[in-house]
Amino acid sequence: MTIQAIYDAVVARDKAAVEANIQTALTEGRDVTEILNEGLIRAMEEVGEQFSAGTIFVPEMLMAALAMKAGMKLLQPHLASDNSQSKGTVIIGTVKGDLHDIGKNLVAMMLEGAGFEVIDLGVDVDSAVFIETAGTRQANLVALSALLTTTMPAMERTITALREAGLKIPVIIGGAPVTEAYARQIGADGYGIDAPRAVKLAKQLVAAA
Amino acid sequence: MIIIGELINASRPTIKTAIETRNTAAIERIAQQQAACGADYIDVNAGVFVDDEPDHLRWLVQTVQGATDKPCALDSPNPAALAAALTVHHGAPLINSISLESERYRALLPLVSAGDCRVIALCMSDEGMPETTDDRLRVTDRLITRLSAKNLPPEAIFVDPLVQPISMNKTYGNAFLDAIEQIMKRFPGVHTVCGLSNISYGLPRRGLLNRSFMAMAIAKGLDSAIVNPLDRTMMATIVAAETCAGRDDFCMNYLKSYRAGSLDER
Repeated sequence: MTIQAIYDAVVARDKAAVEANIQTALTEGRDVTEILNEGLIRAMEEVGEQFSAGTIFVPEMLMAALAMKAGMKLLQPHLASDNSQSKGTVIIGTVKGDLHDIGKNLVAMMLEGAGFEVIDLGVDVDSAVFIETAGTRQANLVALSALLTTTMPAMERTITALREAGLKIPVIIGGAPVTEAYARQIGADGYGIDAPRAVKLAKQLVAAA
Repeated sequence: MIIIGELINASRPTIKTAIETRNTAAIERIAQQQAACGADYIDVNAGVFVDDEPDHLRWLVQTVQGATDKPCALDSPNPAALAAALTVHHGAPLINSISLESERYRALLPLVSAGDCRVIALCMSDEGMPETTDDRLRVTDRLITRLSAKNLPPEAIFVDPLVQPISMNKTYGNAFLDAIEQIMKRFPGVHTVCGLSNISYGLPRRGLLNRSFMAMAIAKGLDSAIVNPLDRTMMATIVAAETCAGRDDFCMNYLKSYRAGSLDER
């Protein structure tokens, strides 16, 4: 029952209730992986569904993610140190020349909510930095963001550079001017129209790799 | 209020097609409609066409100015596109926009300071988007100092303090509004401008938020805006807010708008 209560508290965006129920679950000796997967991550999937369906809005998704994060913090000391619970490592950033990070931040937050380890390189990221980090951190996925029509070409340049460097990891792109057709055209492995759908895509691509 | 009509933007599919097919009549019509609804500048944007942007932007300027007597807001960070547009533009254009990002600043400064130009100065620097009011004032101060040194009069500078979505952080609205107030106070003659629809990102009934925020920004001194002049409720809100803010002698503009039917609900 406690797991369901955690799930409900995340969906209800109730940070205090998430924390209290996780404490209870830990005291009861519940399996930490079960709390994480069935309580927190599955709840964030539901939150993502509600957002994509238009029944909840950005601030509500944000609150749910913050509630989940607070729960994660309580779980952290109990999680295996080998990171075996991680669903994979994602490198994310806005491409060179683009300083707009709101969409990118939302996607990063939802990826964390889905159990990925997220390495956020921030804004205005040079393709060399994506390449280097992808190599050293053995990333499973690269996520590129651009808000401006004028910085979209930098996504193509980044993908080309990644491929030329011999990195075969999947790349997803997103941002207001981006379309599915554009993603295909520049050789990306997919495009997320919103944060939850970017997460779905990330899961599929990492699972398939 | 200085109105910059935003509709001729190639990121809108109908405009993109009109540009590709050189549909002069379509662009002329949208330019004329915006001018008739009170646009002081007609924004032209061909940013989605990376390599052909200079050609397209030049054509847009010629087409718009062939149909109206309004100057254009040349909406591009691309010096080649701006240079092409400037060769055909009549009157003083508004360059949209320069910022403190070093590459963009260096590339655009020669164009901005060459002739009789006005310029939108975005509060953006190499450090990224501004968060607080102070961030915005720091960037504004440096931009105005540098542009003034290139002999741009304050009246030619339109500072855009950048609106961030209120859905992400409840302080973002006031950070912007307070910046407008401070900029208008500290830099007499300088204009403030914004494309304010970003305020409502991630929320439903965006028009309501946009209009409310517009009225609040006008109360702080905002004197120009990039909007859709065909949006009747937004335009009526602007008229009413300016009247309430004491910028309408004897409420003449409000009454004129009323008699013209532009305040009627429809």
